Amino acid sequence: MKFASEFRDPALVRTITLNLRKACRGRWKLMEFCGTHTVAIFRYGLRSLLPENLILVSGPGCPVCVTPKAELDRAIYLSGLDSSVIATYGDLVKVPGSEMSLAEKRARGADVRVVYSSYDAVALAERLPDKRVFFVAIGFETTAPSTAAAVIRAEALGLRNFFVLSLHKRTPPVLEALLKRGTSVEGFVCPGHVSAIIGAAPFEPVASHWRRPCVVSGFEPSDVLQALLMLVRQLEDGRSEVEVEYARGVPYHGNRNALKLMDQVFTVTASEWRGLGEVEASGLRLREAFSPFDASAFIDRDIVSLPDPPGCRCGDVLRGDISPSECALFRKNCTPENPVGPCMVSSEGSCATHYLYGDR
Amino acid sequence: MDQVIRLSHGSGGEASRRLVEEIVHTYLDNDVIRRLDDSAVLVLEPGRIAFTTDSYVVDPIFFPGGDIGGLAVNGTVNDLSMVGASPVAITLSLILEEGLPLASLRRILESVRAASAEAGVPVVGGDTKVVGKGSADLVFVNTSGIGVVPAGVDISSSNASPGDVVILSGSIGDHGIAVLSKRQGIDFETDLVSDTAPLNGLVAAMLGVTNSIHAMRDPTRGGLASTLNEIAERSGVGIVVEESAVPVRPAVAEACELLGLDVFYVANEGKLVAFVPAEEANAVLGVMRGTRYGEGSSAIGRVVGDHPGMVVLNTSVGGRRILSPLSGELLPRIC
Repeated sequence: MKFASEFRDPALVRTITLNLRKACRGRWKLMEFCGTHTVAIFRYGLRSLLPENLILVSGPGCPVCVTPKAELDRAIYLSGLDSSVIATYGDLVKVPGSEMSLAEKRARGADVRVVYSSYDAVALAERLPDKRVFFVAIGFETTAPSTAAAVIRAEALGLRNFFVLSLHKRTPPVLEALLKRGTSVEGFVCPGHVSAIIGAAPFEPVASHWRRPCVVSGFEPSDVLQALLMLVRQLEDGRSEVEVEYARGVPYHGNRNALKLMDQVFTVTASEWRGLGEVEASGLRLREAFSPFDASAFIDRDIVSLPDPPGCRCGDVLRGDISPSECALFRKNCTPENPVGPCMVSSEGSCATHYLYGDR
Repeated sequence: MDQVIRLSHGSGGEASRRLVEEIVHTYLDNDVIRRLDDSAVLVLEPGRIAFTTDSYVVDPIFFPGGDIGGLAVNGTVNDLSMVGASPVAITLSLILEEGLPLASLRRILESVRAASAEAGVPVVGGDTKVVGKGSADLVFVNTSGIGVVPAGVDISSSNASPGDVVILSGSIGDHGIAVLSKRQGIDFETDLVSDTAPLNGLVAAMLGVTNSIHAMRDPTRGGLASTLNEIAERSGVGIVVEESAVPVRPAVAEACELLGLDVFYVANEGKLVAFVPAEEANAVLGVMRGTRYGEGSSAIGRVVGDHPGMVVLNTSVGGRRILSPLSGELLPRIC
């Protein structure tokens, strides 16, 4: 914990903030697209410290928020099958699908359990041989390796009742999709935990081809402020490079073992993102060799998803085009108790964060 | 006698009688309860009577530092204390699930006895019901309590006033994390124990130096943030909190980091937050620090006239953010 206290030292934060104010002469718009960054920025009240000419928007960085309703409906469909047990990470159970959320299905008798690790889901399958355990694997590259490890473990244990519904998505392609679509964002605060796995190298095309500087940031307040300072300095200098602020956590070329594991179990596929439509090569699905563990096999029909409720602007929020308070439903019809869209449900969603930490 | 609770134990017949006389009264024994009358008849000092009730459904029923029995007694003693009342007596109602081991019941009753003895508040009556397997989660407890509020004391969540100092009696998050650490599925090692404790002694000490406590509450479910918001809302005032002044044990902070929880929303069971006029703050703080359950007391903030109904946090790194009330459940994050 010494790390934490050092990186949260108020004097250090003050120094970096001063340097940031000094360095920031032009008007710049930056985007962070990691849910944990969104929360860290709000939790420490960092927005109140930024210079006025620095605008920070949140992007598609919350895995729960970017999962389109159609994918959620697939998970909900599985929860209705005989002898099925759904195991997934926390926030996903609250997101509303076309009819209801997994939590509501649970209230109506479905067996839906929150797990803290993919191995817990494997252990569940071992403990309940008469049930079919569907692990709804959500998350970016941060959690994909542990899903891969779980599949390998299930295979080693000879389990026949463990299945993975992969909703994993890849981060660099979504940045490119955003840029291709057109955005006024001028630089990116890149996700620290994703990069702990994939490294910083995958963001090079964003810097070199699209001319947007990228800085991979850690999660302590001084990390984020330092990353912003590094971005501002690049912009003021007219540079566009990939830099790593989170040096203590991110190897430039990523974690070889984790990447190997991911590559062994997953193959890249096109995937749909809320607010962005289909993005090439942005999803992960199980390879043929692991098809006995693929939960998609159980989805034997076309699941028709209802369109998003009228007025829901999660897509616009996720692209960073509007801030939550610009959505007409924010705080009125859409609240954490009664969320309309996923940005309000997930504890790391932009809307939930703005609501909780104060966008009034 | 059987080793487990059976439906017959709640039916009012012979088995019920034996349960009360041979088990319950081993642990709960005083003149009033021994009479076994339909109601306890007490003589109270003249004055305003405080009256409260609470039900306890904590899971697991045995957790580090306590169990549902002690929790229930302390909870009711504290609710009375929070309005400045001196607790006089409590009642204890149990709803037992068929199949509950008798040993567990004994353990809970011993805990009730010990908590009651420490607080100096007798259990003067109660009730026991038994429901079929699956109809309750082992044990549900309800406690009700009465106390007397001394003249001149007027403590209410609507009385906080601009200029008041906000005083917290000790570290936050201990109870919630201790319970969470034992809940199935989340298994992390910790020496943390629940902070469940009776606060009537602490409150009596505070009232000994001042009659002007404006508002006071114990931040249980929903944590400190929820309690502060309730008071801000009801009193129509704003509150500013200094994050660096709020005591948090390192083990609690680490557990919250691990699970993605915000300590301001984690439950406490042996803490209070008091709103006192600025000129009384030092005296109150001083006397609190001299008590067993108040030694970690800290002035954590102030009441202001700005942003009524809203609680603002000056963060430990010098930023500002809003401390909202809790919405929904406390679910750890994904990645």
